[in-house]
Amino acid sequence: MTERDKSANDVAPGQPHDKLLNEVASYVIGLFLALVFTATSFWVASTPVLWGPGIGVGLAVLAIAQMGIHLVFFLHLTSGPDNTNNVLALAFGVLVVFLIMAGTLWIMANLNGNMMPPDPLTNMQMQG
Amino acid sequence: MSGATLGPLLGEDSENSGLGHRGPESKSIVVPYGFWLFILSDIVLFSALFASYAALVHATDGGPAGKDLFDRTKVAVETTSLLLSSFTCGLAFIAGKRSNMLWTQAWLVVTGLFGAIFLAIELNEFAGMIAMGAGPQRSAFLSAFFTLVGCHGAHITAGLLWIGTMMAQIWVKGFSPRMMRRFLCFTLFWHALDIVWVAIFTVVYLMGTTP
Repeated sequence: MTERDKSANDVAPGQPHDKLLNEVASYVIGLFLALVFTATSFWVASTPVLWGPGIGVGLAVLAIAQMGIHLVFFLHLTSGPDNTNNVLALAFGVLVVFLIMAGTLWIMANLNGNMMPPDPLTNMQMQG
Repeated sequence: MSGATLGPLLGEDSENSGLGHRGPESKSIVVPYGFWLFILSDIVLFSALFASYAALVHATDGGPAGKDLFDRTKVAVETTSLLLSSFTCGLAFIAGKRSNMLWTQAWLVVTGLFGAIFLAIELNEFAGMIAMGAGPQRSAFLSAFFTLVGCHGAHITAGLLWIGTMMAQIWVKGFSPRMMRRFLCFTLFWHALDIVWVAIFTVVYLMGTTP
């Protein structure tokens, strides 16, 4: 097997790079960025400076960004051809997660919205 | 069967196994890939718990809500220790790849200690909540909370047991390819738990306590 063939091989998920310095640098950068994002999240959630209704969205964006940092710097997920299988599996996982979360919230909000207002008579019957 | 008959017609190599010209991947690729699929399915499980939590978060039945229960300082310490634990777990694997027994074991101990700190704070929080009458049977919100966060805690507990087992195995068996595969799977597991925790501290603790 030639060197070129080898580089085209798949890489196991989570498999770090080859040089010691690169490997450690990847973890240090990841740790630093994750700490920055965590601190920002806690600040956003407690500061009175920001516009209240936007805080939830801001927190969600920060969390998703931090997950991306974990995937890239800790799990060494790349866009390279050797990583296609790992990324495809992840993409399918994200799709299922999105369907479950969005579907549940959508259906439950609809159910709550369409719930008949409580009838005092039924209420009494149920209590009795 | 059909591949063998159609192959020559299509001008392909008749020995094509359907696995590509290089044949099946080596075990060092296939095993972590299978474990990666398990982790993704585990994350799908967590997404169901997240969905039920989000649907039930306001169903407090007149009992305490997140605002009255959660302590952000504790959560910040938990988050930091789990993040550092994820970091040292990576360092342990880097040392393991170079067959450095001393550093591998040292970083694994540090990883386990940070994980234990996280777990201790979480159990302390649970005990405090149950003591003040905010246990899982108090309201639908609290049931969902204990299920979601408790499931993550159970995973951390399993991870701690795994760390201990693996330290002993590496000590006895050395850095054989089989041990390195297990080690890689463990780092995947541990990093993934940190990713789930990012979602938990954001959705449960921060969004639950914003004024």
